This record gives sequence, C-alpha cells and structure tokens, in this order.
Amino acid sequence: MSKLISLTGNDAAAHALRQSRPDVAAAYPITPQTELMHKFAEFVANGQVDTDMILVESEHSAMSAAIGSSAAGARTFTATSANGMALMWEMLYIAASSRLPIVMPEVNRALSGPINIHCDHSDTMGARDAGWIQLFCENSQEAYDTTIQAFRIAEHPDVLLPVMICYDGFIISHTNEPVAMLDDAVVAKFVGEYTPARKLLDVDNPYTFGPLDLPEWYFEHKRQQIEAMRKAPAIIEAVGKEFGALSGRTYEFMEGYRMEDAEVVLVALGSTCGTAREAVDVVRESGIKAGLLKLRAFRPFPIARVRSALSKARVVGVFDRSVSFGIEGGPLYHEVRSSLYGGTTPVLPFVYGLGGRDIRVEQIAQAYRTLDEAAKRGVKERDVEFIGLRDA
Amino acid sequence: MAINLKKLSAKQDLLAGGHAACAGCTGPTVIRQALLAAETPVVCGCATGCMEVTTTLYPFTSWRTPFIHSAFENSAATMSGVETAFRALRRKGRVPDREIGFIAFGGDGGTYDIGLQSLSGMLERGHKMLYICYDNEAYMNTGIQRSSATPKGAETTTAQAGSVKAGKDQNRKDLTAIVIAHNPAYVAQAVPSLPNDFMTKVQEALKADGPSFINVLAPCHRGWRCKPDTGIEIAQLAVETCFWPLFKWERPGRLTITYKPKEKRPVAEWIKLQGRFKHLEEPRNRHIIDELQAEVDRKWNELLAMEAATQAAQSKAG
Repeated sequence: MSKLISLTGNDAAAHALRQSRPDVAAAYPITPQTELMHKFAEFVANGQVDTDMILVESEHSAMSAAIGSSAAGARTFTATSANGMALMWEMLYIAASSRLPIVMPEVNRALSGPINIHCDHSDTMGARDAGWIQLFCENSQEAYDTTIQAFRIAEHPDVLLPVMICYDGFIISHTNEPVAMLDDAVVAKFVGEYTPARKLLDVDNPYTFGPLDLPEWYFEHKRQQIEAMRKAPAIIEAVGKEFGALSGRTYEFMEGYRMEDAEVVLVALGSTCGTAREAVDVVRESGIKAGLLKLRAFRPFPIARVRSALSKARVVGVFDRSVSFGIEGGPLYHEVRSSLYGGTTPVLPFVYGLGGRDIRVEQIAQAYRTLDEAAKRGVKERDVEFIGLRDA
Repeated sequence: MAINLKKLSAKQDLLAGGHAACAGCTGPTVIRQALLAAETPVVCGCATGCMEVTTTLYPFTSWRTPFIHSAFENSAATMSGVETAFRALRRKGRVPDREIGFIAFGGDGGTYDIGLQSLSGMLERGHKMLYICYDNEAYMNTGIQRSSATPKGAETTTAQAGSVKAGKDQNRKDLTAIVIAHNPAYVAQAVPSLPNDFMTKVQEALKADGPSFINVLAPCHRGWRCKPDTGIEIAQLAVETCFWPLFKWERPGRLTITYKPKEKRPVAEWIKLQGRFKHLEEPRNRHIIDELQAEVDRKWNELLAMEAATQAAQSKAG
C-alpha cells in the first residue's frame, strides 16, 4: 500500500499533482515554488503524466490561462509564491468568482519589499479575501495529502471554488522528509474525473463566461460565492475523512496537541506547529498546562470550531507569520480574537519569522511562559510581541 | 478561396442583435464579419472593453458561440488556456474529435498597451488561435483616453488640444510589425468596409498552422468625433489614403498588399472628417498634418519595399 520515501515538500506536491492527472498546467518560475514545476515537467517529459503545460510569460498570464483552461472543461493547476501571486491578484478574484476549481500550491514566501525569498505568510494572507479556499500544511506529508484532497474539495458541486495549498517556503518546500505515498491507481480513483456541468468546449451548448454584472445582479452572485464558502467546511471535513479511510491519515479542520486539559494555548499555522509541539512538551514539564491548536484552513475560517476548541483556555496566544500594518497583531490573531468575541479569555498577539527568520523551540517555550505570566497578572490586552527581533 | 457574400448572408449571425453598442459602432460589424467567415465552430474570448461590456450585459448575451471574458490585459492568455485545454481533451477523447476555431478579441488598449505581453506570449508559444484587434485608436470604453494606437495629433481626453498642446505628441505604435517580428503563421490588416478582404483573411488565419493576428481599424464615432453613419466611409478612406494599408503576411515571410488604392489620397482628406483632428486646421498646428503624411508615406513605402523583397525571395526559393 503506502510507500515511505524521502521527498521535499515541492516533490511531494508534484507527485500528488501527477497522481491527480491534471489536463493542463500553467507554469511560471518563482522561488521557492520552482522545483515543484521542475519535478512536474520531468513527469511530463517522461510520459508519467499526460498534461499539457502552458509555459507562460508571467504569473498574471498563468492564472489567466488557468481560468481559460478550467472554463474550457480541463482539470487545471498552477503554482506560485509571493510576488508571483501578487501579480495574479486580479485574476485570483476572477478565478473564484467564475467558480473555477483551479488548484494552486502556494509556497509561502515573504512579499517584497524589501525583496526576500524566504518564508512568511504575507503572500497568502493578503489574498485571504480573494475567495479561494486556503489550506495550510505542516510538512511534506501534508503538502502531498492536501494537494490530492484539494481537487476533490475544489471540484465538489457544492463548492466549485479554487483551492490554494499553502506550505512554507524552504522549510517545507526544500526539506526532505519521509512521505507515505499512495499508489497511483488509488489516488486516481479517489480524485476521479473532472466533469463540469458547463464548459466552453461544448460548442453545441454555448455558454458565456465572465459577463458584465451590474448592480442588478452582482450582489446576488457574490452571495452565491459566500454560500459556496459556507458549504466548504462540510466538504473539507468529508474529504479529509474519506482520505483518512484510504490512507490512515484523517484530516480534520484543525488539530490539537495536548489540548485535553490545556489552559495556555497557542494557535499557529504551517511548519511552526511542529516546533510548537516540542515547546508544549518542554513547558509542560515545568507545570504549565500548555496546548497547541493548529489550524488547517484559514479560509473558510472555522470560527465556531475555534471557539469550541479554545473554550477551556485561560489564555490564548496567536502566532502570526505576517503583519497587518496599522493594527496590533496579524491576520490570524484577528480571526481568533473574533472567534472568541463575547468571552473573557485574553487573546494576545505574537509576530515571528518574517522574511524567513528562524523560530526555535525555546522561543516558543518562552512565549508559553509569557502567556502563563500574563494570565496570572490578569493582562487582558497588550501590543504585539515580536519574537526573535533585534532591539535596534 | 472566395467569399460568397450571398451564401454568407443566409448563415445565422453569431453575434445577436440587441447588444448595447452605440448606433454606428463598427466593433460589432467586425465581430459579425469574423464569425460569419468562420468555417468551423468557434470559441471566442474578449478583453474588457466596449465589445465585451456591450455584448454580455448579464443576464443577456449576444454571443451564440461559447464566450469567455476574464479581464482587460489577458484575452490572449485566457484563450491560450482554452486552446490548450482543447488539445488536451481532444487527445484524451473527452471532447468530440472535430476542428474548433479559437478567436480572441481585444481593443487597441487591451492589445497594443496593457495586453501586449499576453499577446506576445501567446504568439511565441504558438497557440493555434486567431487574435483580432478592433483598433479604434483610443480607450473608448473608459472615455476616449490616449493609447499607443492613437495617431499623432489626435485629441483625446488625456492628450487634449489646448493653447499649448495639440493632442497626442507621438506617432502610433506599429503593432502589426511587432506581431510579424514574432514570425507567427499569419498576420493581416483589415477594415470592416471591405468585408470580402477581411473575411478571406479570417478564413486564412483560422486555417493557418499556428497563431494568427488580424488588426482591424474600427472607427469609433464617439472618439473620432464624426457622424455615426460615417464609420464605414472613414474606414475606407483610411485605406485609400494608405493610413491603414491592407496586407497579409504569411510564414515564412511573404508579404502581400491585398488592396492598392488606384490613387493614393492625401491623409488630410481622412483627417478632415474627424473632429478629433479639428485643431490641426489652425495654422500653428498645420505642420502636424505634414508630419502625419510623412509617417504614412514612410510606412507605405516600407510596405511596398517589403512586399517586393519578400515576394522576390519567395519566388527565388520556390
């Protein structure tokens, strides 16, 4: 059944894409996404996947071509990072509002400027309102598993929304880890065929895609997008469960670590969750009832589930790997705080790891101690705490 | 292959009436002629602009062909995705095994300016599709702003004629030459006033083995400040003055001028019919007419030389 092999996050995602048998891929290079497309191009060159690649001249055209291809009726993916996605910005919204199930690994990288090629989440956080489902991964295995599930979620008739698979640049994309792969036939059966109800290539039943939508109808169409996003959580959960039955790795909307009796809880995304688990173990030895809540989906954001998962916490810290200028705390902080609105649990913001700055177990352990102290002192609110930042 | 207008007139118009284009707009004429000429089913796309907003007012559509609009600068990229999907799905037996033509439309703003990169990418990659630019020489949909296709001296809302300025300062970009530099399968210029010429070119372009491009001068009476019923006449005069020469260029490099005016009329005659050039009549601006004429002559002579050279080279090779 499952074969355990050593793969980088990019190679793992490339294998998942190969096994999902896309018809068309649009590709444009940007670090650290590049090696995903190198690997996929290798599969294409060797006949291991029957996919037509459109090697475009920009990310804007990558998403535009993906929109054309998906509307034509082809299973379509592209991949990008940071500035590449920023150049797609306009088309991200159009892909989502056109209800096209495009799948896109988005290898998280700091958005310029200053230019930086290393990991943070500023790229995908900026696109949170574009209408894409955003799923974060902790490691190569999750990048592999999530990419396979992404097609099922995106193409589900109740959803029909594009899906972004977010994994940390270099930390996941370029790090070899053991990955359990499924057999090609198993994945092919799980993902199934893409059979859209409406497609451009149905010349006998012509459809118009992307019409002008004036005040009479625009609002209703946005409402349909909102409803699709509301239906997405149930599909994300169902697909995660079905994938679990297949692979032994069930995916839920979020994942807790030592949360049963946790009073001091950190909420985080991505690869940092692996480091945070170690920190939980460290501070538990000194008597702090620490716990970790790892979120998998940032959009749709699971407000009720987060509220319920944090109901027993005495204090909550939120780890953001991006900032929102002009307000304390990053995007994740604000969503978690909204989720707990009406309660009395203090929610305190941390910002770490911008531009790829490393985050270590001891730093997260210290954050737990800080939270524990703050709870004891009755701190309800404070400015953001930056982790690992020079004083200058 | 000759176009039989009588036969074509019996075909269903693939762009339905009832669209919201201005009375006298030549844009829909360009689209209708192109679609009538197509000999296979076609899938169309269009950049944001007049022809997109006036034909797809939700919940209505004028398009009796499959149609996609996604944004302004990417008609070529979007349609390259559609064309690639067709090749992939046809090979896999997931769409019927028959020929389909692909036509991307765009105005001059969406083609010469903001969509130039997307067009260049499509040409370079070699997608088998036709791009038709309906060139009305300014951003008409947003209110007649200057584009790189606006001729020198023409007044627009962003390059105005006033006490110290005389409309656009620069000559227009020769996009057709830029397209030819990509060595695509087929390139042409056309006008809606000579439908046989244009529709023959559409048929040749759709049959060409690779990317093709037709640049169609499409007068806009709102922007050109002329009477709504003069669009076709002004398009024809653009040809008679050699402001807009009609030619085709076929890979690997044969240029044929498809219409040579019996008598090359002065560009001033063309200008005279358009209010956007009215300020050129003032003595202090007269020199601009001479400069425009010089530019028209330069391009026309260049074209004649290129025709002679490429035809000679072809007959030598052939």
